[in-house]
Order: sequence, then C-alpha cells, then structure tokens
Amino acid sequence: MSDTGRKSHEHPDHSGHAHSRAHACQPLGDVVISVEGGRFGYGGHASASVARLEIRSGEVIALLGANGSGKTTLMKGFLGLVDRIEGKVELFGEPVERLQDRSAIGYLPQRQSAAGPIPVTVNELVRSGRLTRRNPLGLGRDDGAVQAAISVVGLAASARKRVSTLSGGQQRRALLARALVGGSQLLLLDEPFAGVDQANQEAIADALDGLLHEGLTLVVVLHELGPLEPLITRVVVMDNGTIRFDGPIEQAPPELLHMGHDHDPHGGPEPTQGIGLVG
Amino acid sequence: MSAVLLANAITAVFRYDFLQRALVAAVLVGITAPAVGIFLVQRRLALIGDGLGHVAVTGVALGLVVHRTPVLIAVIVAVLGAVAIEIVRAASDTTGEIALAVLFYGGIAGGVVLVSKAPSGSRNLTQYLFGSITTTSNGDLVVFAVLAAVVLGVVLLLGPVLFAVSNDEEFARALGIPVIGINILLATLTALTVVVSMRVVGVLLVSALMVVPVATAQLFAGSFRSTCLYAVVVAVLSAVVGIIVSYAADLPSGGTIVLVAIGFFALSLVGSSLQRLAHRTAGQGAR
Repeated sequence: MSDTGRKSHEHPDHSGHAHSRAHACQPLGDVVISVEGGRFGYGGHASASVARLEIRSGEVIALLGANGSGKTTLMKGFLGLVDRIEGKVELFGEPVERLQDRSAIGYLPQRQSAAGPIPVTVNELVRSGRLTRRNPLGLGRDDGAVQAAISVVGLAASARKRVSTLSGGQQRRALLARALVGGSQLLLLDEPFAGVDQANQEAIADALDGLLHEGLTLVVVLHELGPLEPLITRVVVMDNGTIRFDGPIEQAPPELLHMGHDHDPHGGPEPTQGIGLVG
Repeated sequence: MSAVLLANAITAVFRYDFLQRALVAAVLVGITAPAVGIFLVQRRLALIGDGLGHVAVTGVALGLVVHRTPVLIAVIVAVLGAVAIEIVRAASDTTGEIALAVLFYGGIAGGVVLVSKAPSGSRNLTQYLFGSITTTSNGDLVVFAVLAAVVLGVVLLLGPVLFAVSNDEEFARALGIPVIGINILLATLTALTVVVSMRVVGVLLVSALMVVPVATAQLFAGSFRSTCLYAVVVAVLSAVVGIIVSYAADLPSGGTIVLVAIGFFALSLVGSSLQRLAHRTAGQGAR
C-alpha cells in the first residue's frame, strides 16, 4: 500500500463546484481495513485476490476496474458478504467475522432500485440504516438523524414519498442516505453513480464532499472517476481479480483510470447500468 | 342471499357459542396472517405459507394417527419444516427452489399416506385441508390465541429488523444482523401462523390470508407501516364477513373467507385503476 504523495490542491469538478482534496493533507489515522492474503468469491471460486491491502482513516479510495475485475467482490470481502476462501480481513482491528458492533460502517450495495413490492417511504428506508445505532424499542430517537441524512442527500422534500415513485437517481440518493444515517466512520459505496444522471451524480458528490471534512474514510467502487475525481486521494485498480495498481491518484497511469470505461477483459459490451432508471 | 338471511346470521352470532368462537378465531387469523405475510411478500416469498401448509398436513395426519392433538403436532412439524426450508435456502442458491418443492410435495404426500393409517381415515383431515371453523373448540381457541400472541409480540418487537432483512438482505448482513437467524425466525412465525389459520381457512388456503390482504392494502397505502395496518383491517373484515356469509348461505367458511378477501382485492384494484385514470385525465386537462 502506498499512502504518500497526496497533495493539497483544488480542482473544479464537472459542474464547476469547488470540490476539494484539502482533506487529503490531514494526517492519516489508524488502519480501518486490513486484508492479508485474502481470496474472495462464491462457491469456493475466487473472484478477487489481494496479497496485502491497508486502508487508513481519512483516505478516499476509488476501487476501479472493468466489469468482472473483482472490485465489487473485494468490497463485499471487506464486509464478509462473500466467501472468504483464504486470508484475513480486519475492520477497525477486529477480524470481520467477529465484529459485533458495525455502527461505524455505512454501506451502499450495488442494487439498481430501492423499491420492493410493498410501498416504502424514503423515511422508512433510511431509518432501517439506524438499526445498529439504537435500542429497537426507542423508535422516536432516530428522527433527527434520519431527517439529517435525508437532507444531506437533498431529498428533504421527498422524505414521505414512496421510494418507488422516485427517479433512479433519487432512489440511489435515498440508499446513500441509508448508508450515511448511522453516522459511520467508514463508508463503502458500490457504484453510487449506477443509473444516475449527471445532475444527481453532482448532488451525490457534493453530499460526500461535505462529509469528508468530518474525517470520514471513503471507499468507492467506480467504473470511472466522474465527479468524485477531485475527492479521490488513492486509487486501487483491479484487473482480472487482482490489484494492478495501488497508489496516489496523481501517480496512476491515465489508461488505468479509464479501464472501466474503455476495456472489458471479457470482450463483451459494457452492460447498461440502471436500465429503466431515469435520474 | 337475501338481507333477511344475512340479518339472521348476524343475530345468530349472539346466540351460538360456536359462531362466537369462529369469529374470535377469524379475528386472530385476520391480525396475524397479514402481519407476517407482509414480510414474506416484501421478500418475494409469498408462497412459502402455501408450502408450510403442505408440510403441516403431515403434522395433522401424524396427530390423527397417534391420537394426539393434531394442532400441536402440526405446530412442531411446520416449525421443523420452516427451519429446514431456510437452511436449504441458505445452503443452496441454484437448487433451493427444487429442494423446497420436494419438501412441499413430501409434506402433503406424507400426510396422505399417514392419514390412511388413522382410525378415522381421511374424513378428519378434510377439515384441516379446507378449514372447519365452526368445529373450533375452546381448547383450540386457547392454542390459537397463545400462538397469535407469540407471533404478534415477536413482529412488534423485531419489526424494524424483520423489515431491514426483508427489504434488503445484503444491506442487513452488512449491518451485522444475523440474517439467517432472522429468516429462520420469520419462517417459524409463518409456520405458527399457518397453524393458527388452519382451522379457519384450511392449510390449502392459508397463504391467501397472508398475501391477498397485503396485495389489497399496497394498492392504496403510502408506506410500509400503513400497508401493514390496512392489510390487517382488510384481513379481519374478510374473515368476519366471510364467516357471516358462509353461515347465512350455508357455504364452507374457508373458501368463503378467501373469496371475500379476493373480492376486496378486485374492488381495490378497480378503484385504484380508476383513481390513476382520473389523475392522468386531470393532468392532461391541465396541459
């Protein structure tokens, strides 16, 4: 792992907002995620292998790679959501399988829709992200945190709406609010921009930018950097199930930063993300 | 069916103990079935109640063979079946559906074979297959009330956890919720609900009261919580109206209750379609 070379500078993002990488000059903190000799996959077949990886508090990491490169599997491996065939994963210094208190972790899964067969409001969806933070009987005490998370992602006016009536981009923001509502120190986001239009991508990037100044550690699976580029301090590029590059974004070869966009190791067309979702 | 017959049926409720017991049982089912069913529908496992009903048939048949209370043996067998189903589902992704089908067919086949050895033959099994609410005893009612209280207590206490798991299993696992344990719990609640509903609508129709009122409520509710509340109201109404109509018209209670529930669903579907049409027309008019 490399944690050197980050500079404090600002660049305009796609919308001209002043997203900053200023948080990067903060000293790195404790190890938040540690993987040693990890092989992760399904049914005994490894889809992602990592010899050694450490992520420290305050880092903003983009996990990049083409479809099928293993980036989602690796992120799920961090959380113990896929089979760990070999190796060791620690979160906050605890083996992931023994980590009881997960209130410090926020997670945005790679799902296209937040809606199920039964109507669910944005409030109800986001509140479910508070489960690790509360006594199941203390229902009322979550209201402030729920409303705050919904406001951060810009959905305050839609808090009582059915999730199924929102656009794809708004649903993604609702899911992001659910990931944020626990007040996590570590945020793992899998394709936050899947099926999301440019305006909603900017909204999500703005929300995350505001949170980073509170000392959050952020790991994001991305196809391309997009509006998050100004926030990223380190990139980990996955290729065919292994890490091909791990280092500061400034040192990453440009062709690797665009692998997800230009290169598919399986030779097939890029699957359309978010079919039917209009951001 | 004339209004006179219906009025006679309503006054009969105050005269006959068996009708009062039937109504109490119906209300218990009306409350518990959708309270559990809503989580099954959200998990897209609406038919698991049907499957557990099939498994419960073996329990009932076993009870008839060994001369023990069929309801209690059905509880044990259905709960064991529920746990087995969740273990099979958790252990196998691709063959889970087939394994479940085998378990369901095995349940009803085991019931049919076992009941052939029962002294009373298959005659008594019929009332469990299709419901026989008017033969519900005070003892049955006590068992149903205890089971319903357990089911509702767990749903009220663990509702937020059940919601999180049924709404997004992967996210729930990331939160550290023991998803397999919660799924086994939900399957167990389903099994208990199946047994509570057994004498009211019968094991072959039990899933209807878990699913149809929820399907009706989601047509006009605006949230998960309101869907649950409306579904309970619809299910209780269906059960009470079904019993009164079945008594008045001398019809089987289980089938009548389910047909009334489907009638409410059809009315709601028409109503919500008309409402959408009116909104669309108003929107076009405004433009």
